Amino acid sequence: MSRETALVTAEWVEEHLDDPSIVLVEVDEDTTSYDKGHIRGAIKLDWTTDLQDQVRRDFVSKQKFEELLSSRGVGNDHTVVLYGGNNNWFASYAYWYFTLYGHQDIKLMDGGRKKWELDSRELTDELPERETTSYTAQEQDTSIRAFRDETVAAIGVKNLIDVRSPDEYAGRLLAPAHLPQEQAQRAGHVPTSLNVPWSKNCNDDGTFKSDEDLLALYAEVGIESDKETIALCRIGERSSLTWFVLKELLGHESVKNYDGSWTEYGSLVGVPVALGDEPGQADGQSA
Amino acid sequence: MCGATEGGLSLEGIDVKKEAIIQGQVVRASSNGQSDPVGNAYVRLLDRTGEFTAEVPTSATGHFRFFAGPGDWTLRTLAPKTEPVDTAVNAEIGAIREVAVHV
Repeated sequence: MSRETALVTAEWVEEHLDDPSIVLVEVDEDTTSYDKGHIRGAIKLDWTTDLQDQVRRDFVSKQKFEELLSSRGVGNDHTVVLYGGNNNWFASYAYWYFTLYGHQDIKLMDGGRKKWELDSRELTDELPERETTSYTAQEQDTSIRAFRDETVAAIGVKNLIDVRSPDEYAGRLLAPAHLPQEQAQRAGHVPTSLNVPWSKNCNDDGTFKSDEDLLALYAEVGIESDKETIALCRIGERSSLTWFVLKELLGHESVKNYDGSWTEYGSLVGVPVALGDEPGQADGQSA
Repeated sequence: MCGATEGGLSLEGIDVKKEAIIQGQVVRASSNGQSDPVGNAYVRLLDRTGEFTAEVPTSATGHFRFFAGPGDWTLRTLAPKTEPVDTAVNAEIGAIREVAVHV
């Protein structure tokens, strides 16, 4: 995978709006964004209802995912192009999710909804009509999904990248600052995890920085491509963006996204937690 | 300062005493000398070192809100066909900072 295969520009999308082999999919944190206007022909996936089990904290099953995509008119042979708000946080999450379930041809629109809007490109409230398909998903590819025990075992062993903002990492904030701060879990970070905020991957307009800049960013903090990496954030969507950068743009061999992320880790009993701006020692004590 | 701006975003259900709120409206001067709300802008919250902390799109009425921590912050506002505008703001727990951003 590379920038050429995983990423398309807003201009490219505009030129391919009538291409029947492509399905545009919008996924936003604010699930009402699509309803206020979207790219012509795009369908909506609601990450809170379509992509989450409504009882357990987990993804929908393979069968449910198949039913979802079939009902929305997404086929196995379609090129799925994802975009969304928040600099593609949830579009990256959906990209990772589609990859987890084995979709073959998938791309992200660079800059997402913000870039499209700042370019003053057209949005519509017209809903597309698509014929249903018979979608077949693969079993989850857990080589790209990390769970809590593996994350705890990775302390001091694997690359752990916490992509939240510095204030969340240090424990000064408990959630991104556009959300209320009162949260159930403890504040802080997984000891030995390095803080590389997701925003360092992107320009102000939401597009990804050049491969050269991204390579320099991860080299500077000492993320080695030959070592296994687990990325985490608060609920696993911003870390999907960093997973996309490391795995799909930079071609790192083994990168997992820990979707339980801080809302799970920060609620676990008995695990070490580090506070402050430094990674800390494996037992959670400061260096 | 207390309560939400008239016509701004609702604070219903939020315990304002526990939050350090920064909110306001993005406006653009119109030809008749009035200020028009900018509903398709993006406001980024940068921390005291200039690092990105959060971003929100403005509402149809140009409003935005952040739940920051106490201290100094910068709002960076991006809007179509204009250069980014930076605005310094200080936040504290239990207070609502109202900021008008002109692009």
